[in-house]
This record gives sequence, C-alpha cells and structure tokens, in this order.
Amino acid sequence: MSTTAPPSGPVAALNAAAAAFIARYNDSKARLPGDTHARAEAAALLAEHGLPGPREEAWRYTSLRPFAETPFAPSVPAEPPASLLARIPAIEGTRLVFVDGRFHSELSGVPRGIRVTTGEPALGRIARPATEKLVALNTMLAEDGAAIHVPAGIDGGTIILVSIATGHSIGFHPRHAVVLAAGAKLTVLDLALGDGEYLHNPVISFEIAEGATASHLRIQDEGEGAFHLSTAYAEVAADATYDSFALTLGARLARMEVHARLAGERAAAHLNAAQLLGNTRSGDGQHADFTTVVAHDAPNTASRQTVKNVLTGRSRGVFQGKIEVARIAQKTDGYQMNQALLLSAEAEMNSKPQLEIYADDVKCSHGATVGALDGDQLFYLRSRGVPEAEARAILVRAFLSEALDPIGHDQARGAMEAAIAGWWDRHTI
Amino acid sequence: MPVVAETLDAVQAATESGYKWGFSTDIEMEMAPKGLNTDIIRLISARKNEPEWLLEWRLKAYAVWLKMEEPDWAMVNHPPIDYQDLHYYAAPKKKPGPRSLDEVDPELLRTYEKLGIPLRERAILAGVEGAEDERPQVAMDAVFDSVSVATTFKATLAKSGVIFCPISEAVQEHPELVRKYLGSVVPVGDNYFAALNSAVFTDGSFVYIPKGVRCPMELSTYFRINARNTGQFERTLIIAEEASHVSYLEGCTAPQRDENQLHAAVVELVAFDDAVIKYSTVQNWYPGDAEGKGGVYNFVTKRGACRGARSKISWTQVETGSAITWKYPSCILQGDDSVGEFYSVAVTTNHQQADTGTKMIHIGKRTTSTIVSKGISAGKSNNTYRGLVRIAPRADGARNFTQCDSLLIGDQCGAHTVPYIESRNPTARLEHEATTSKIDDDQLFYCRQRGLNQEDAVGMIVNGFCKDVLKELPMEFAVEAQKLLAVSLEGSVG
Repeated sequence: MSTTAPPSGPVAALNAAAAAFIARYNDSKARLPGDTHARAEAAALLAEHGLPGPREEAWRYTSLRPFAETPFAPSVPAEPPASLLARIPAIEGTRLVFVDGRFHSELSGVPRGIRVTTGEPALGRIARPATEKLVALNTMLAEDGAAIHVPAGIDGGTIILVSIATGHSIGFHPRHAVVLAAGAKLTVLDLALGDGEYLHNPVISFEIAEGATASHLRIQDEGEGAFHLSTAYAEVAADATYDSFALTLGARLARMEVHARLAGERAAAHLNAAQLLGNTRSGDGQHADFTTVVAHDAPNTASRQTVKNVLTGRSRGVFQGKIEVARIAQKTDGYQMNQALLLSAEAEMNSKPQLEIYADDVKCSHGATVGALDGDQLFYLRSRGVPEAEARAILVRAFLSEALDPIGHDQARGAMEAAIAGWWDRHTI
Repeated sequence: MPVVAETLDAVQAATESGYKWGFSTDIEMEMAPKGLNTDIIRLISARKNEPEWLLEWRLKAYAVWLKMEEPDWAMVNHPPIDYQDLHYYAAPKKKPGPRSLDEVDPELLRTYEKLGIPLRERAILAGVEGAEDERPQVAMDAVFDSVSVATTFKATLAKSGVIFCPISEAVQEHPELVRKYLGSVVPVGDNYFAALNSAVFTDGSFVYIPKGVRCPMELSTYFRINARNTGQFERTLIIAEEASHVSYLEGCTAPQRDENQLHAAVVELVAFDDAVIKYSTVQNWYPGDAEGKGGVYNFVTKRGACRGARSKISWTQVETGSAITWKYPSCILQGDDSVGEFYSVAVTTNHQQADTGTKMIHIGKRTTSTIVSKGISAGKSNNTYRGLVRIAPRADGARNFTQCDSLLIGDQCGAHTVPYIESRNPTARLEHEATTSKIDDDQLFYCRQRGLNQEDAVGMIVNGFCKDVLKELPMEFAVEAQKLLAVSLEGSVG
C-alpha cells in the first residue's frame, strides 16, 4: 500500500478543515484581540487533535463532514437587514447585539447595575478547550464577546444577547462569559438569527456563586443553510441555580452542548430543551443534536432535564444526556426525560441517555420514548369535530408544553411561543 | 412466597464464604504450546480432524483478527492481554470424541460432584443405565477447558430428531448444517473477540431442532475452565427450524487462580418461522479474590437471528462471576412479528467489572422486544448496562420496552447506564426507563424490625429487586441463581 495516496473520507475532510482554520489563525493572529497565549495553546490543541471525528463516542450521531466540506471566510463588519432585526422579540431588558460575531454598539443598550465589557473575547474561567475541540476552535479564532458581571446581591434583570448573521460563507466564533456574584440574579435570553450559509460557533460560560440564580433561555433560529455549533458551560456553587431552556428551530446542522457542574451543596441545574426539525426549502433534512453533561460534584445537588423532539420531513434529532455522580455527591437527585415524536416516514431520532454513578445514596433516573402521535388521542379529537391538522397541532403543542412550562419568565416564554409559531408556518406536520 | 423462603434457605446454607467452585481437577491434559499463529490453528484443526473448508474459515478469521484492534469502549480496565502467552488448546487426555459415557474420567465425575451438578445427571454422566428413564428432564453437554467431554440423553433426543452434540462432532457428522450456519449470525470479522474465537475455537455445543419439534427436555451445557494459562473459546450454534421449540441452559465455573484466564465464546442462534429459542445462562466464572487478583476475563459475543416470521429468541442471564464481563446477547429481529427478549441480572462485588447489556435490531414489521436489566454493584466494583435498540426504516409497528435498574450497595462502587435508542420509523414505539438507587432504608428497616438480620434482609430485598428476571429462568436454575446472588453479596453489606 502506498503511503502517499491522497487522503479521502470524513477524517481527511475534517483534517483539511482543521488545517484551513489554523491557516486562518496564522494569517490573522497579529490583529486578533485578547489573550494571545490562550489562542496559541488552543491552536496547538487543534493542530494535534483536529476536529471531532466519526470515531469519537461523543460524536457518534453527528457528523461534521458537511461542515468540514464548506469553506468559511472570516467575517467583515456589516449592517443587519431590517428583516432580521424585526425578529428580535420586544421584551424588557438590555440588548447586546452581535452582528456576524462583532459587537454592534448602536443596536445595543447599556445595562444598569451590572458590568458589561465587549471588544475582545470573554474567555471566562471554566471553558475547556483541552476536552472540547470546538471550544479550542472558538478560543483560537474568537474576536469578540460579552463579559457580563453581576455584583453580589444584585438582580441584573434581563439581558437579550443577540447574534445576527448576515454574511454568506462566513465563520464566526463569539465568546461570552457571565459571572454572577453571591446572591445575584440574571436572565439571559440568548438568541441566534441569520440568513444563508455560515458557521456560528459560540461559547458561553456561567459562573454562578453561592445563592445566585442564572436563567439561560435560548432560541436558535438560524438560517437554513447555517451550521450552529455551540457550547455552554455552567459552574454552580452552593445553593445556586442554573436554569436553562434551549429551543432549536433553525440551521442545517446544529449541535448544542451544555456542560453543567454542580460544585456546591444544594446546587441545582435545569437543562430543558425542545427541538423542532423538518426539511429546509431545498428539501434537505435538518440535523440537530442536544448534548448535555451534568456533573454532580457535591452532596444534595439536583438536576432536572426534559428534552422534547418534534421531527418531520427527513430530519434527524439527536439527544445525548449524561448524568455523572461523583463519590462525594451523596443524596444526589437526578432526573432526565427525553421524548421524541416522529411525524414523518423519513425522520430519525437517536438518543443516548447515560448515567455514571459512583455514590450510593442517590436517586437517579432517566426515561426515553420515541413514537408517533397517539392514535387514540387523535381519534378523540377528530371525533369531536377537530380537523386532522388542527388535532395534530394540539397534540404536538401539548407534547412541547412540558418542556416550556418551567420557563418562569413570561415575556421570554412568549418569545419562545412566537418562534415556535413561526416554525409552524414554515412546516407541515 | 417460595422465592423468599428459598432466599432465606440460601443465606443460611451459604455458611462458607468465598468462591466454592474454586478447585482445580488434576486430569492429564494435552496442551498445545503457548502462542497464537497459523501453525497453532492448523494444529487445532488437525486435532479435530476438520475438513479443509473449516480450516480455511479459521485462517480467514485469524487474518481478520490480526488487522483488528482490541475494543476499548467498554467501562472496564485491565492490563493489556498478551495473546501470545496463552495455550489455545487444552484437552483432557483421552480418546478423542467420547461416544460412551463409560469413558468419562472418574476424576472428572468427582469434579461434577464438587460442582453440585444434580445427582441424576452425575449418574447419567457416569453412564448409569436406566438413569435416563427415571426423570428425563435435562440433557447435558459438559465442556471441560476447550473440549466437550460428555453429552447425555443423546439417544432420547435422537428419537425426536433433535441433534445435541459437541460442535466438533457436528462438524464430522452434520457438516452441511455446520457449514451453512456457522458464522452466519456472528461473521468472522464481527468484533475482535469473535474473530479470535473463530480462529481458535475448540469445542462447544451444537443443537438442531427439526421442523415442528418441541424439544422433549431442557438442554444444558456446563462449561469449566480447568487448566492453567489456557484460554477457553467455545462456540455454540443452535438452529431451530420452523415451529420448533427449545430451551437451552448454560452454566459456567472456573477454578480459583491468581492469574487471569481468558474466555471468549461465541454463541449463534437461528430461529425460523414460529420457532422459539430460550437461552438461559448462569455465569459464575471465578471473579478474582477480594483484592481483585485473578479471575476470568469474559469477552463473549452472543447473538440470535429471528429469521422467520413470528419467531422468538429469549435471553436470560444471571451474571455473578468473572473479573470482567463484556457481553451483549442480542437479537436481530428480521422476521415479521418476531420477538426478542433480554432478562438480565448482573451482580458485581469486590473489584469485579461488568459491562453488559443487549442489542435489539428491529428489521421486520411489528417486531417487539423487551429488555429488563437489573444491575447490583457492591464493594469496589463497577457495573454498566450498555444496550442498543435500533428500529430500521421498514420496521412498521415495532415496539420496544426497556427497564434498567441499578442498585448500589456501599459507597465505593459504581453503577452506569448507557442505552442507545435509534428509531427511523414513525410507527414504532420505544420506551426506556432507568433508575439507580441504593437499598431503600424503609424496606431494610421493615425487615430488620421483623427480626431479620441485616444480611438476610438485604438478600430478600435483592431477590425482590431481581424477581422480574429470576422468574424467567427455568425452575432449577432459578433456585441456583437465588443462592448464587445471596452468596455473591455475602459480606458486602453493613
């Protein structure tokens, strides 16, 4: 066998893509703001380990090959079209708007009582480029981001963190860090919008000190040609809470990864999500992956996850959820429910709930179901005169409500409902 | 409730702690030199007087194995295995292919005695005339190291057309059947350990149930590793023709030794239209001592193909032994309306590691599968359930139900659950539930308050926890399994 044969297959494509990203870093590193040391380290990691490949267990169900085969150019400053701006929900709070990954001060407000810094990537303390390869990619190429700090005991209200993508074939890697001091409160409505084909690879971290509460509500409604690959980290101290909900509607290939670590006693995390997927206008099926790792690292901690998938067309939904319970984390209470509705003959769901438990005095459980709408329920509604399409819509909304109901923020909940309604208009179930 | 009464008996009876199957038998062995190469494979094939096609098949498997890498995805840790430091062939020294039970070495029979094989079977193994007629219930094939030494009830079975014999004998007498089905469910290159087994397997059981026949008795194979530094690679092949029915039991033990012993078996089941195969295992290989020294590495590939419509394959396993268990009895549900079942109890104590579960591959329409897995971890052990349920696009109306429960006893052990759920058909319905908890304090208190000591109470609660699986076992095995659970967990409570 010749050793000089040209490489082919997904691994070669991923290696080529990693090389292209590294080349871009080498070209632009002189002008990139922020911590040059962290960048260089991330570049070395990426050069050594490459992008996540098909043989990695954590990437078993999601192939980055289509992403690897698409070239992405660095973004240039741009103005967002009114059509995209109009999709930002009008809810109370301070807007921080990023256009193609760059902070846009004219579209943004200035929050009171909390400190926000932009202009360079906010690396934070808890992200792990050494374990998450896409975080290494982000660290290497990040140009901007918001560092948000809420002082002790302050209720920081609501931040509307918006990403708008305007450019075609561009790639951007925003890096945000949120720090809540003891007893602080903050809601972040994390919104991703755009048109066209682009790569959005954001990393956001939440450091939540004793008794603080962070609410992280996300709507991913990217353009249908987009690649959305995001990673969120949360480190939750004693008596603190990370409360999150993620709605996935857009993008051709999406993966949201959440790593939550319950580091202090009585810390809690809620990682709820809903994915509504179908075909794009060009007839391709969307692929979306929601992957979570919850590490219970202290006694008396609790985690709750409810993840719902509604799949039509040729779409593929993925859920991977891991609950890790360390030896010290006695009295852990972990619960996870993952459900999928397959509404078309060609939709596909892959799920992998996972428990890894090293403490004995725990209560951990997970459940998963996959199936179509219940025929009896449909019949019940139809027999009472509800038309088929409406009956299906009622049942799907009821199915979703279990994940949406815990959202305590009424306006954000309204924004979620509106985004779902928008999805509804674009797809038939 | 007999289950509970039985448990109490078992707990009381099990006064001796430790591994009571840990003796070795001094029987003259014929050994191949250590190491693995094509010469050894040729030697095994020649010893077995095998036809050319089988040798070719083995060599092909070996070539594939050489190119493969040992899998590392299971949650088990062990020092690297030196595959060249093993004997791949060890046989009790005597005439090959015993036809008459009188040829059985008396030392071997004493081994069975120590193992507590039911008396009548010992009598049968010893060739006592008339024993067969007395209580014709279980036919047994005994595999000692790598060689089948005795098969009972062959005559009775032959009357109904059932073939039950060592696979080495089947190769000689029914080559067309072996050639047709060997490797048809687990291909030579299926995985690392299956490829190794295909290259070097020495014996195992062969079962053929003709069309429309309900096997008149339970079939049973007893496996034992005896010789030092040997790997045991047995191969089992069961074929159930249309509308036939068979229940097959398998029991395993090994002597107590300091070094680790390798066991890599392959079991293939084929069920045609309306056929039913019930396969039950009580695996009690030597688990190693309290410090984790020694014990069997059990890397087993078990797979059944429900080829025919309405066929059914049911796996039941009670896994208490082995230092490492790596085992995923699976069902490929090809035939429409075929049924797959997996009932499992896995107990780990001390330093044992078990990574076990099942795969249910739904291909045919309206196929159904049920998975019930109960994992119990104690001591410093790790116990993982790993399972896959896959629904293919054309498996309309497929149905799966999975229940995985883990019980933790002590704060130094681990319990893990890794299910994979893949559906590509909207009319399929899949449900999966898993729980992990410790023994409920209230239950324990209730039992203690009524005068049971801690150990008896735990035994009773554990048996209750496993009841859904134990009730699937054939009667005799159920009793043995309960005792085994109690003995395995002895000393791990409190």
